[in-house]
This record gives sequence, structure tokens and C-alpha cells, in this order.
Amino acid sequence: MTDQDLLDALTGILRDLLDDPSIVLTMATTRPEVPGWDSFAYVNFIVAVESQLGVRFRLADVESFQTVGDIVKEVRALQR
Amino acid sequence: MRWLPSPESFRNDLAAASATVDTGERLERLATLANTRLSYLELMQLDAALRKAPKPSRSRFETVRVAILASSTADHLIPAIRVAGLRRALLIETYVCPFGQVRQDLFVKGSALHAFSPDVVLFSLSTWDFLGAQPLDAPVAAADAAIAAAVNDIDALWREAVERFDATVIQQSFLDLEAPLFGEFDALAPAGPARLTARLNTLLTERAREHNVLWLDAARAMARDGRDVWFDPVRWLQAKMEIAPTAAPAFGELVARIVAALRGRSRKCLVLDLDNTLWGGVVGDDGVGGIVLGQGNPVGEAHLALQRYAKRLSERGVILAVCSKNDPAIAEAAFRDHPEMLLRREDFAAFVANWDDKAANLERIASQLNIGLDALVLVDDNPAERARVRGALPMVATPELPADPAHFVSCLADAGYFEATAFTEDDALRSAQYAANANREAARVNAGGMGAFLEQLQMTAVYGPVTPFNLARVTQLINKTNQFNTTGLRRTEAEVSHISEDPRALHLQFRLLDKFGDNGIVGAMLLTPHASDAATLELVNWVMSCRVFGRELEYEAMNILVDAARARGVTELVADHVKTERNGVVNDLFSQLGFAHAGDIGGGKRWVLRLQGYAPRRTCITRKAEADD
Repeated sequence: MTDQDLLDALTGILRDLLDDPSIVLTMATTRPEVPGWDSFAYVNFIVAVESQLGVRFRLADVESFQTVGDIVKEVRALQR
Repeated sequence: MRWLPSPESFRNDLAAASATVDTGERLERLATLANTRLSYLELMQLDAALRKAPKPSRSRFETVRVAILASSTADHLIPAIRVAGLRRALLIETYVCPFGQVRQDLFVKGSALHAFSPDVVLFSLSTWDFLGAQPLDAPVAAADAAIAAAVNDIDALWREAVERFDATVIQQSFLDLEAPLFGEFDALAPAGPARLTARLNTLLTERAREHNVLWLDAARAMARDGRDVWFDPVRWLQAKMEIAPTAAPAFGELVARIVAALRGRSRKCLVLDLDNTLWGGVVGDDGVGGIVLGQGNPVGEAHLALQRYAKRLSERGVILAVCSKNDPAIAEAAFRDHPEMLLRREDFAAFVANWDDKAANLERIASQLNIGLDALVLVDDNPAERARVRGALPMVATPELPADPAHFVSCLADAGYFEATAFTEDDALRSAQYAANANREAARVNAGGMGAFLEQLQMTAVYGPVTPFNLARVTQLINKTNQFNTTGLRRTEAEVSHISEDPRALHLQFRLLDKFGDNGIVGAMLLTPHASDAATLELVNWVMSCRVFGRELEYEAMNILVDAARARGVTELVADHVKTERNGVVNDLFSQLGFAHAGDIGGGKRWVLRLQGYAPRRTCITRKAEADD
């Protein structure tokens, strides 16, 4: 999967989760920029990403992601 | 959740359901989706769509308010609980206590929990919150004292929930999540964590039984699904979730099963296919001697295991029926002549073997037994038949049976269709009662005329007040009865108990006996003071089991009630008839009994009876007060 594929996958998951098809994510997007993406929705997002993409994030990573790009990078590393 | 079929197209179906204008139809479509196997994300999406769906004014969907008082984070379990409720046509409204606030929420007046006013309170507590670590060198007496203290502590929470809300209490079993310390010796060391949790759970179940608290056995589910499914250290450390999101669907299912059972929505009847389900092979082709069943052949033993499980279910009150594409004479011969056959023809309350469409046959079975289609479970090995039935009758539960008969029993058991909240004498006798009903039916045909038949039945109604001895059965009857139910009001055991202890209230339960046997407690009436007028009682619950329809028991019950009310100096009865989806059978009841229409209420009519003018109806039933014994 390319970075763009992963970005598309994450966007799709977040759109479904927050029921908001207008969400557009870029590598630089941060959580506070997306309405409704609070800490509870974040946990659910991580759980959904793990099950859809077949990865398990480490605790430290889950706590340290700043941008969507950080998540993409980590998924790629875990899928390798 | 392997018993649920995969959705055909979740995204399209969800969009179509959400765009449906008719509110009832919209919920039906969402409920159909809830009856498919969903991912965690799909579960959240379905719950979001459910939250947006307005509640129709009258439908088969029923609202229940469930409060979850948890030691750890529980918010992530809510969508799964609500979707599992939707699976059973329950609209579960939820409340989750703030983190670490179980006791405060319960005991402090004016808390958010009090404002929520739950029907059901679920305690999901943790060992670290209620037991703590015990010194490893604690002697048995000290460790057991700590456990006893925890049990008393939790018991006090239960009492508060019952006294304050009249709520039904569900206690979740404690999960043993500690890493082994001594290894296998943990179970033997007096303060070994594994022993502490196991003993706490054992003592709690005993206390729960005494106090009519229900039990949600998360520990058993965790043992089945695996600890890694139920507990994820990352989620625990990240969000203090003791139950992992991966276990949410299973947890929600267990909660909804119990709540559905409380509201009389557990399934009542197991409908079994024959060929390649109750036995291997096709009896029409292979002959009775050629089917695969019984000892000596492992596949035959697998089919026999399903028969044994069905037999055990019938012993606890589940009705059995056959629905098979077969020649009826050959199907009956298999039960009569095959030496290894465990189930007998008389174990089935309905036996439909023909070449008609299965959906039509299921409707026939439901009408024969006088139960709803939503009380049926169809176990059928044929995927095409299952798909046909799901399409035509989505309210019938049709589990996605695995291809290998070795897994039939575990699949049916895992689906938890027949959840119980009590096991009464009446349940144990049900199979015999249905068999007796077949004899009554034959007698009715022979008697020629209905009046002659009723005379010949030699019926006796044994009546008495609601007491602790019949409280469980009366509560069960109130909550399971959908048809002859004048108000549709459901009651917790605590509520029925309060009414039965109120000296101003009047309450009766009826048992019907006839020459074919004892039908058990089949009717109940609860009356409470109407407004401030001591001479007027209001009939707030009147239920009668569909098993005794057409026997004039409702008339004799009213005769008995009027006499009891007069003896108390009561001069007037008020009764509301609240229309529900299923209680059409009582539409003309009150006018037939001589009540006068006294105005309309929301969703129904109010009826009044002046006792002075009441003329008792003659019935074929002899009455007998319980005390006469």
C-alpha cells in the first residue's frame, strides 16, 4: 500500500466513524482540526484501524501520534 | 457471533435504512442489519444511525433504560449493547457512571444516575476496586474475610439500586486479569489472585440468587473467547478499559440477552429440520434404517448430541417443533422405529412435515402454538432454506449453522436464544402441558360443540394472592405475555413484590386444572388504589397465558375479582386498555365484561365497572381458593 492508499483508508475509516463524508485528511492533519475527533473517538479510530488494516500499534505510538502522517508512517512500518 | 450471517452490503443497506421515511420501517431495516455479523466500525455506524432514528408511536420496539455502573471505562461498550438490543427489537437507552463514581452515583441524591432513573442497573466491577491485593501470606481466614467484606459491600450496592429505582440488578462476574504468581498453585494459595476472584464470584452468585439479582458471566465468556479477546493491556493503559473493544460485541450481546429475557423477548420454541440436521442422510431416500444416527458412528453421535441438547432445552421449558420437507408418514416412522432416536414424536408440540414452503410452515407452527413468529428459532442445515426464511420472515431467528454437525450444538448454544431469568415449576412442566394440549384438541374435535367440550374438561381455577412462593412465576407471566395483556406494562420482580406487600392493593394469581392435567399459573391481576378514592381500585396489570385462551378463564377471573373487591368494600373498578402491537385479543374484553367506556387515554381506552351492577358470567370452571386445600 502506498502512503496515498493508507491515507485514503484512514480517511474512509474516520468518515464512517464520525458519520461525516466531508472529512478530508492530509498527512499534516492533526486531531483538533477535525470536528468530533475527541479522545474517545480517537480510541475507537485506533481500534478500527487496527482491525481493518491488521496491525497492532504499540502503546507509546498510540500516545505519541501528532499528525495523520505519523499514523500512516507507523502503519507502513508495522505492515512491512 | 458466528451464528449471524454476513451482511450483503452493509454500506448500501445502512444508507437505504437511514433514508427510509416511515419510522417503523426504518427501525425494522436497522434491526435486520443488527442481525448480521458486523465489524467494530460497522457496529458504531449502525448505532449512530439508530440514535438518529425517531421512535415510532406504536411498534414492536420497546424502550428499556439501562445504567452501567462500572469500575473501569465502559463507554465503548454502549454501541454494542444498543445494537444487540436492536437485534431483539429493544431500544436500549444507556447511562454510564463517570469513571470511579460507582458509589457516589448510587448513594448521592440528585446524581445524574438518579435523573436517568434506570429500569436495569448493571454492575461491572473490578477486583482492584472491591477486593484489592491481599498480603500473600494471609491465612485462609483473613483472605476469606476480605472476600466476605467485598460481597457485603456489593450487596449494599444492589439493595440501593432496588430500593431507589425498583430496578432489576445485573451483576457482572469479576474477571481474573492478574498475571499468575505461583503458577498453577495460584488456585490453592489462600490469597492467590485466581483463588480470590473465583471465590468472590462463587459467593456472589449465591448472594445474587437470594436477592433475585441476575448474573452476567463475563468470566465464562472470557474463558470461551480467550483472554486476549477480552483484555488488551494497551487499551487498559491507554483508556482504562478493562473489557477490550474487541470483546464489546460479545459483551453487548450478553447484556441484551438478559434485558430481552426480562421483557419476555427470549425465544420460546426450537424448530428443527430433520434430514442432515436431527440425523445424517435423507430418510426419504435412505430409509429409516439408512439414516446416520447414534452410537458407533461419530457423525451419528454428532446428530444425537443435537437431539440430546434439544431434549434438555425442552426439559427447561423450550417448546420443540419439527419443520421438514418430508413425507409425513416417513418422518413419523423415523421417530417411531429408529432404535437410536432420542427424541420422540411426543416431544414435539408441533410436527409439520410436507413439501410446502418453509416460511409458510413456520407461520403454521406459530399459529398452532399460539406464539409469535419472533418466538421461533429455526435450526436447518440447508443454506438455501435459511436464506429463504430470513428473507420472508426476518423475525424468525435462523442461525447460520456450520457445515459440520460436530459444531451444531455449540453454535446453537452460543447464540443464546433461550436466555432465562428464572426457572419456575411452570417451565419444567411446559412440555407436558403442550402434550396435554394436543389431547385437549382431540377432545374438542370429538366433543362436537365448544360448550360440551368445556363441560367435559372439568376445569378448576385455583386462585390466591401473589406471595413470595409464586412471585417469580407471576413476574415472568407479566413480562412474557404479549397477547392477553391489558396494559402491556412490564414489571420488575421488585415492583410486583411491592404491590403484593401493599395492604391497599389487591392481587390475584390463577392456576387452571382440568382432566388432562395442571396448566400451572396462567393468569394474574394486579390492582392498586385509584387516586385517593379508597373505594376504587385500578386494574394495572391483567395477563393470561395464550395456552388457556378460549376456556372462559377470563370470565371466571373477573367473577373472582369482583367478589374479592366487594369483600373489601370496593365499589368501583377502573381498567385501562392500552393497545399494543400484539394485544388485539383484549380489544372487546372490557365491554364484554360489562365495563363502561369512560374516556380515551393515550393509546387506548379507560373502562369503569360499578360493582353494584355486575352480573357474574356463568362459566364451566369450578373455583377453589388456595386456602381451601
